[in-house]
Amino acid sequence: MAANVKVLKRRELTWWENTFLPSIYAGLVITSRHFFGNLAIHISHVFGLRKKERGSTTYQYPEEKRPLAHRYRTRHRLMKRDSGETRCVACMLCETICPAHCIAIVAKEHPDPDIEKMPASFDIDLGKCVYCGFCVEVCPEDAIRMDTGRLDIAAYSRGGMILNFDHLMNPELPVLDPAKPVAR
Amino acid sequence: MEPMILDMLLKAGLGLIILGMVLNIAGLLTWVERKQSALMQDRIGANRAAIFGFTALGLLHGIADAVKMFTKEDCMPKGAHRFIFNLAPAISVAFAMAAFAAIPFGNTLTLFSRTINLQVAELDAALLFVLAAMSIAVYGVILAGFSSNSNYAVLGGMRAASQMLSYEMSMGLSILGLVLLNDTMNLQEMVRAQGGTWLGFIPRWGVFTQPLAFLVFTTAVLAETKRAPFDLPEGESEIIGYFVEYSGMKFGMFLLTDFIETVLAACLVSVFFFGGWQIPGLHATGFHFPWGTTIPLPPLAVSLLGVAAMMTKVVFFNWLFMALRWTLPRFRYDQLMHLGWKILLPASIANVLVTAAWVAWRG
Ligand code: SF4
Ligand code: SF4
Repeated sequence: MAANVKVLKRRELTWWENTFLPSIYAGLVITSRHFFGNLAIHISHVFGLRKKERGSTTYQYPEEKRPLAHRYRTRHRLMKRDSGETRCVACMLCETICPAHCIAIVAKEHPDPDIEKMPASFDIDLGKCVYCGFCVEVCPEDAIRMDTGRLDIAAYSRGGMILNFDHLMNPELPVLDPAKPVAR
Repeated sequence: MEPMILDMLLKAGLGLIILGMVLNIAGLLTWVERKQSALMQDRIGANRAAIFGFTALGLLHGIADAVKMFTKEDCMPKGAHRFIFNLAPAISVAFAMAAFAAIPFGNTLTLFSRTINLQVAELDAALLFVLAAMSIAVYGVILAGFSSNSNYAVLGGMRAASQMLSYEMSMGLSILGLVLLNDTMNLQEMVRAQGGTWLGFIPRWGVFTQPLAFLVFTTAVLAETKRAPFDLPEGESEIIGYFVEYSGMKFGMFLLTDFIETVLAACLVSVFFFGGWQIPGLHATGFHFPWGTTIPLPPLAVSLLGVAAMMTKVVFFNWLFMALRWTLPRFRYDQLMHLGWKILLPASIANVLVTAAWVAWRG
């Protein structure tokens, strides 16, 4: 028994369609509609009208930032206790789970006997980070988060991409910092 | 003796004005291209080049481009033919500009009891001159491809050669119908023959007498400008094309040729099919409307209105060609050849035959 096959014939183009003229016309209508629509919006903006509409779907980056989704993963930061010191207890869970091996923590004793340890240094190499967010998920102390909303991560060298403890505690510090020593 | 020298000076001045105008339009087209494509694609377009904080809507990017091209290193690949390699961009740009000499930008202009024909070269075979100049401009492209000592450039040059060959044929044949109808090869005469109207409101433009020729010619002349959808010689996405080895201002000259040819194509389409400087209803003495109203105008105003009309048409066609360039995808090579040889060429031959029969029947 033959399988139940439904043959779909491709429609042959008619003579008129083969001249491409109808499609060219349709294409021109679409692009011209965008052109004149956007032109009208831009001209209205000059006269202070139709301020709510945008003439483009792009963002003029340095002046205008793209609104980020609530859960968008961006540059890391370390959370603080009420006393202002870090919540991190240097348990190394984030360093262990990090698939890019880009976290390097050195632990030390915490002066408060109730708290086991604290990081002596905490470096994240953003040049290697894949922004998977595993470090945030795994942290038992909710000490690390990726909610700073900062995307302007740039440096002149690979070493410059490393966030140290200071950067993590102060998310407003720029990565591209001339004062920051360039590690080689 | 005296008047002749004056005439020559006048023509030289006119030539300079037209040259400056064409170069400026071509320069502005770089801006139009950026901004128009941006608006069509819901973007803003280049807007960063600034002098003292003034960006002038991105107009300064053209100047920035020129500065960049003039200051760039001028390299030549090893093994390239030095003389031809340097000559090729010059041929392209020079002959593309020479073609403008035969374009009428207006009717005669009477100044201080002196009649100036607003066409630099009053050639009786202006049509042939324009076609020849455009064909020689293609030589620049082919020579560039073959002298660069680069396989990609050779591919670009070959593509250009075959594309031009296929399209120039239909281009020349499509115009033949107009030559038969108007009985002249002088572009100025051709424009004059397109004056007047049928039934009082349809202008006697070539597009109404030769609609098929209009389509064929526009397609062929777009192919001649080597821009999308006919940009196979340039093939930016795969072979870069005949100018792949060029840098600095020599590359800039090829770029400029593209824009100059776009302007030229716009001029030719308006002259052949849209009545050049003719405005429907405008006669030598002023406007005559079909319902009988007349607005008398001095001859100077009529001439200037004509020039303005020509400019409007050229600007419109430049806009249209840009819109086409940013709307249509590129042809595949076999489609290109198919369109050229199997559709456009037979169509233009049929057009010529029908027109010839009509002219013979009319007597
Ligand atoms: S986001 Fe992923 S890759 Fe980046 S530091 Fe955290 S665990 Fe490592
Ligand atoms: S998982 Fe949390 S507490 Fe543990 S080392 Fe990382 S940031 Fe510190």
